[in-house]
Amino acid sequence: MQATEVLPDHHRTCDDIFVDAEKSAMAGRWQECAQTYGHFRREIAAHFSTEEQVLFPAFEAASGSSMGPTQMMRLEHAQMNTLMHMLDTTIAACDRDGFAGAAETLLIMMQQHNMKEENILYPMCDRALAGRSLPLREELANRAAPCPT
Amino acid sequence: MIRNDAGVHPNLSFDQAPPFGVPLRFLLTAPWFGVAAGLLLAWSGKSAVATRWSADALAVTHLLVAGYLLQAMSGALFQFVPVAAGGNVWRPRLVAAIVHPLFIVAAIVLAAGFLSFDGRLLRLAAGLFAPAVLILVSIVGMALLCTPARGATVMTLRLAVGGLAVTVALGVVLAEGLAGSHGWPLIAMTNVHAAWGLGGWALMLVLGVSYFVVPMFQLTPPYPASFARWASIALVGVLVVWTLQLSGAPPDWLPLVWLAGFAVAGAYAGLTLSLQQRRRRRVTDPTFLFFRGAMACLFVAFVSAGLMLLWPDLGQDPRAAWWLGVLVIAGGFVSLVNGMAYKIVPFLCWLHLQRLAGIGGIVPNMREMLTERAQKNQLRLHFVAVALLLAATFYPKAVVPGGVVFAVASAWLGWNLIGAARRYRVFKGRGFARVASQGS
Repeated sequence: MQATEVLPDHHRTCDDIFVDAEKSAMAGRWQECAQTYGHFRREIAAHFSTEEQVLFPAFEAASGSSMGPTQMMRLEHAQMNTLMHMLDTTIAACDRDGFAGAAETLLIMMQQHNMKEENILYPMCDRALAGRSLPLREELANRAAPCPT
Repeated sequence: MIRNDAGVHPNLSFDQAPPFGVPLRFLLTAPWFGVAAGLLLAWSGKSAVATRWSADALAVTHLLVAGYLLQAMSGALFQFVPVAAGGNVWRPRLVAAIVHPLFIVAAIVLAAGFLSFDGRLLRLAAGLFAPAVLILVSIVGMALLCTPARGATVMTLRLAVGGLAVTVALGVVLAEGLAGSHGWPLIAMTNVHAAWGLGGWALMLVLGVSYFVVPMFQLTPPYPASFARWASIALVGVLVVWTLQLSGAPPDWLPLVWLAGFAVAGAYAGLTLSLQQRRRRRVTDPTFLFFRGAMACLFVAFVSAGLMLLWPDLGQDPRAAWWLGVLVIAGGFVSLVNGMAYKIVPFLCWLHLQRLAGIGGIVPNMREMLTERAQKNQLRLHFVAVALLLAATFYPKAVVPGGVVFAVASAWLGWNLIGAARRYRVFKGRGFARVASQGS
């Protein structure tokens, strides 16, 4: 089993939830959108933090460099977070056009980022971490779990 | 340099994009060749429809393929090679600064050479294209060869760059022939040159880019691995066999090879339409509609080619070349480039502003850079132009309004893209607010 095996599937999960939120927004169903988008936010935050706190440090330790691809991926996570903050605002304001523009931008950013990870970074991580098992599935599940109320 | 001991390749680019001006200069230039081609069509009237060998038809075709498409596709290469293939293009700003003006002048001189049938101008155009393409192919080809990334997109982009080199090499030999330097078979060579340009370069590049962007824009399933692996190999096989006609009298089965080339385009178009039917993202935006229109045109071109082979009278009608040319170039490739430009330019405006603003900086999103309404209105006009140009096959007078509308639609695209770049400049000069939770 490859170290990063669960991550591409989790990308798809996040994509699916995101397009559901976009569909609700385009139909003007803002309450449903807010709910679905909240779910997306939890999943993507879990994904980013699992990568930044578990996968990337392990890869950086193995490769001896923290200034290479992982640095760029962290930067892109931050860029996507900025777009997600903008989406929060448009949902709160029920602003369809604002949502559509920010969603389109985020979608391209996210897909481009995912493809770079899946085609280049994850295979590099799998080679560097060959034989090691990281608890990525568990980390994703724990970090995405809604806070107990 | 990045360490190499854990699979981190020294030639790997993880940057998101080359400097903004590099792809932008090509993409902002491309539509104006469409304006020139449309106006020339309207001015020349029926003669462009009557035969592909008329001076007007040759000039219009080359304004579109060596002007419009070459500009846009070169800009796309500079963008996609680092982003999609992890390739490190050596000094992209310098390379673009050399190649871009050479391409502009070369395409204009080439069209002037056809219009005036002046062999010296054709030779001059060849002399400008050859070094520019040599530089582009060497630098981008090296980036694609050195990248550690693997997969269908990388392989197909490599083949496309090779296809461009073959196209231009044949073009140079043709220009020399038309200038009277040799007596090689010019018609066969023209057919081979056109096939490598439209198939080996344009279609190949579109295949490689589609594997990346079609699933990305609409969240479709990926292209089947077998198709992605074999389509480009089949296309190269078809082109190599097609090229054999240069070595002697064309064999009887050559038309089947011609049809096989269209079949690759038809299979790609049919598959793309089918994948888009299964898209997870149901939002319909102008780029999606441009893609659908382009795929429909390529598929109709394939069906038409089949019918022309079944009924040779159809294929031998001089207007057949016009019909196929409009479907493939204006309806297929120009539509694709148009649609892609509507994603690439606004996204790059956002991306580079975002970098300037820093993390947490609020910058206008893609639709604030270029409104969807402006894109949709231009899209309608573009497809009206394609329909009029197709109608000109049967009613040659339609070429005049068709040419005018095509020119206006191209100018509108150019204006829309310039508008996005202008907004980038305005926002860049204003400074940036910051999102509340990350604000300073």
